[in-house]
Amino acid sequence: MSDRVLDPVRFVDERTASAGLIKKALRYLFPDHWSFLLGEIALYAFITLILTGTYLALFFDPSVAKTTYHGAYAPLQGQQMSEAYKSVVEISLSYKAGLLIRQTHHWAADVFLASIVLHLMRVFFTGAYRKPRELTWLLGLLLLFTSLLEGYLGYSLVDDLLSGIGLAIGYGVLLSVPLLGGPLALLVFGAPFPGKGLFESRMYIAHVFLLPALLTVLIAAHLALVAARHHTQFRRDRRHTDRRLIGMPMFPAQVPRSLALMLVVMAVLFLLGGLVQINPIWQWGPYEPWLATNGAQPDWYLGWLIGALRLMPGFDVVIGSYTVVPNPFWGGVAFPLVVLGVLAAFPWVERVFTRDRAVHNVLDRPREAPTRTAFGVAFMSWIFLVFVFGATDRLYVLFGVSYETLLNVFRIAIWVVPIALFVIVRRLCRGLQEAEAIERRREDAEREAALGESELLRRGEAVM
Amino acid sequence: MSRPPSGESRPGRGRRAIGWLLAAVAIFYGRLRRRRRERDGEDAEHRVHVSSPPPPGHVAPHPEPDSSAELLVAALLLLAALFAAGFVVVYAVFSPGSMPNQLLGACIAGSLLFLAAALVVVARRLVASEEIAEDYPREDPEAQEEIAQLVRDSAGGITRRKLLIGAASTAGGALGLAGLAPVLSLGPLWDTRPLDATPWRRGRRLVGVDGKPLRASAIEEETFYSAFAEGWDQEDISSLLVVVRLQPSALKLPRGRESWAPYGILAYSRICTHAGCAINLYRKPRFPVTEPRPALVCPCHYSTFDPADGARVIFGPAGRPLPQLPLMIDVNGYLAAAGDLSGRVGPAWWGVREQPA
Amino acid sequence: MTAPSRQTACSWLARAAAVLTLVGLAGGVTTALAASQNGIVRPSSEPSTPSLELGRQLFSANCASCHGIAGEGISRPRIGAGVVPGAGPPLQGVGALAADFYLRTGFMPLAGIHDEPANHPVQFTPTEIASMTAFVASLGKGPGILHPEVRRGNVSRGFQLFTEDCAGCHQSLGRGGYVTGARVPPLQGIDASEIAEAVRIGPYLMPRFPASQISESQLASIVRYVLTTNKPDNRGGWSIGNLGPIPEGMVAWLAALLLGVSCLAVSRRLRS
Repeated sequence: MSDRVLDPVRFVDERTASAGLIKKALRYLFPDHWSFLLGEIALYAFITLILTGTYLALFFDPSVAKTTYHGAYAPLQGQQMSEAYKSVVEISLSYKAGLLIRQTHHWAADVFLASIVLHLMRVFFTGAYRKPRELTWLLGLLLLFTSLLEGYLGYSLVDDLLSGIGLAIGYGVLLSVPLLGGPLALLVFGAPFPGKGLFESRMYIAHVFLLPALLTVLIAAHLALVAARHHTQFRRDRRHTDRRLIGMPMFPAQVPRSLALMLVVMAVLFLLGGLVQINPIWQWGPYEPWLATNGAQPDWYLGWLIGALRLMPGFDVVIGSYTVVPNPFWGGVAFPLVVLGVLAAFPWVERVFTRDRAVHNVLDRPREAPTRTAFGVAFMSWIFLVFVFGATDRLYVLFGVSYETLLNVFRIAIWVVPIALFVIVRRLCRGLQEAEAIERRREDAEREAALGESELLRRGEAVM
Repeated sequence: MSRPPSGESRPGRGRRAIGWLLAAVAIFYGRLRRRRRERDGEDAEHRVHVSSPPPPGHVAPHPEPDSSAELLVAALLLLAALFAAGFVVVYAVFSPGSMPNQLLGACIAGSLLFLAAALVVVARRLVASEEIAEDYPREDPEAQEEIAQLVRDSAGGITRRKLLIGAASTAGGALGLAGLAPVLSLGPLWDTRPLDATPWRRGRRLVGVDGKPLRASAIEEETFYSAFAEGWDQEDISSLLVVVRLQPSALKLPRGRESWAPYGILAYSRICTHAGCAINLYRKPRFPVTEPRPALVCPCHYSTFDPADGARVIFGPAGRPLPQLPLMIDVNGYLAAAGDLSGRVGPAWWGVREQPA
Repeated sequence: MTAPSRQTACSWLARAAAVLTLVGLAGGVTTALAASQNGIVRPSSEPSTPSLELGRQLFSANCASCHGIAGEGISRPRIGAGVVPGAGPPLQGVGALAADFYLRTGFMPLAGIHDEPANHPVQFTPTEIASMTAFVASLGKGPGILHPEVRRGNVSRGFQLFTEDCAGCHQSLGRGGYVTGARVPPLQGIDASEIAEAVRIGPYLMPRFPASQISESQLASIVRYVLTTNKPDNRGGWSIGNLGPIPEGMVAWLAALLLGVSCLAVSRRLRS
């Protein structure tokens, strides 16, 4: 007798001895809350990136050797450009579906990082990074910063005007590292900027192999740690405790849900790739080191760095006639390192203050940890204001508020606003908690009263 | 109510039709609501009996059969197939030059979206979505102790523990360094001289983008010129210059540079000393009485330099002036360098200041 | 255009000042003048065809307080017509080119001498502009209105030249930008003559590119490229303003938030 379900299962188990493992995996529990899926969005955007990126790699030529364009696009006709730039123009304008896949790849990168940030905020504000998940948190931060670099290299590969400007700034930031800047920049670029043709192939191998491999390993480790310790959950009722997890099993309940989410993510990315133009490199033209455009901006996820570079007052730290710390170091190196450091140290720093060494599987709601929530809001507003300042030149063009005015306003606001928000948010959280406590007491009292009443009634019945 | 008889029947019929329609909607809505209530009841039941065993002979609760959901899933899957086929058709029909990116994207996205919708219906109506309770995995102190004991026992016969650990870490470290050493071939390690190198020597002429030497008499005021070192790689940033001309009387160059600007012609490195973008902006007043004075500006972070004053920083994050190239006019009337640049080109790094080595 | 019927006290003052200026400085002008609400002063009965005389009257009433009655320029701010101090560059020898540019773009007249000229609504009728242009041209020998041969321009060459000389301020697609101390205007919706004239004049803080630097044919190429930026090749879809990463980032965040919301369709519970 053959059994269409059992037979393949038996086949696999007989050869891999994995039935026990599979059974456990199929009944792995997913607590049900929409915000637990934000990390999955990032995962599915990453899968989209791998798929579309592989396609693009088949057509991309990572060479900055000079060539002349003789394609169909008139505004570039006869212009000198690198093979790299030309191949991306051809992907965009001369291959069927090339533009769709390129745009989808770029949108996927932008959405990938946005969803990582959303996921990070969810994890932070619910205290999900606490013991036993500190390593998962660190891996997540590493993933975020590796992805920033991966995205930067991705759009820098193209060698269009915007990407070239971005690389020039990256080189300047690398040079600004105290003591090691010069050797470091030469080691990475191979020669002074733009790198005499050595750098493009380095960027390429990093973008299509080294960093994706690293990201894949980090994602695998991140997910393995999540699975090992299981998901966190909210306390919906008394059954949800730090010891007992309640959720839907992977199979059959979660699989169609997660697959559906993956398809929705891909659908949205392809829809963007089809309907909304992103990085139209044929309009920027090829890069040459003596060219620049106004309003040159990095992709959004590096906007906080351009904001920091612009906000810094103009000085180099100099001893005698020697430069010790060049200016871009503060905005381009110190600022992101401070952000990374604060986020990475947070679980341990918080423990110093709360003296809480217990295992936490049940999440806090943001209001239940007023100081953490207030700090998080303040810290993120600090980064956000710097980020917004990176776009103030465009605000000036659109709304006519002078850049110089905004510069002065922001130099004050980035310090005042976070402090104000800290005080306000903490008070707000405490207020919400108090209101809830009052509500709970009222409900308890009502229940007691109702209980007392029924007791009275019963007694009355007994008497009668 | 004096309506002509012919008109009376028509609104009456219309009213009746509307009545039927309303009734149909009400019935449909009622069915929907009832079904939803039933489903919710089911869910609630599952939630209540999370730890109760499934029916005998089963490991998971059986969902109620729902044939309309099955039909819906099938329809959605067919729609997904239709859109995917549409993608292939669009891909095949249009030529690369006229490919409608929007249609292509909408087709593939539509297909993915309908597939997703089918799965959502499966998740919500065709498979059991019961919640189960389970203990979180806990730490295992016994196993921890066993592992520690295993390590201790295994190393029990070793007496010179510190020596061996030291030797092993030395070997590991040395091997790691050996493995990393070839990476240093990627760049000249401690030799930062390439960063200092410039093509500028006394007598080297300035050329334009087209490679033709710049004639001093062709340099006019109120505009700016791109210039490069003659016979040099145009992509070498130390070669790139921005050339402007001011009234000689307006110049306030630093001491010792009095002869660097013949006829008020000034040449500065084009690479911003802040983060290395190209100085591609020259602001010059049309009417200096009411308008700001001339300035060279970097479009990346808006560092602003005063060309009359040795490119002193007047706004923005740059920390030092643009290096200036001393100019002379050769016997044929062409612009040429009278020496090297006044400082290191481009963004600063450790140990750099004004003077070249 | 005829004089507006409604007049405020303010415009009455302006009119009085204008009349005083006319009587005191120009002399011999007997035409009655009226000021509109935006401060423009024009003859009450205006001829329908352009004339040098009309141009002179309009110039005296609307431009002379900054540029001098004979276009000699005023280099030290002084109280002229009206109550605002006037100062402006000389116009002798700038030719019809400059007058045509500044008046048709709405760059002139300025409300205050320290204001940045920008594409304000044009204050004069075509007849008036033609008259004033003729008058400014008559002040000295200068270049005429430019009519670049756009058809003979090469769009690729224009793109290259634009990137080299213009994109630093105006952005690669002419969407405008910022230069220390000023807002750089976008270049959409202006005509070929205005583009070419701006290159030759260098209004406000813009460099003035002479023919020795940008030849006539190169200028035609640049103009041709700038005209294409009105409708760039946005075959990738909605262009979100052709501004690059800033609007792209906004759309990406919108999409990420939308996906966050779509998690609600997948998970069952909204509340924590």
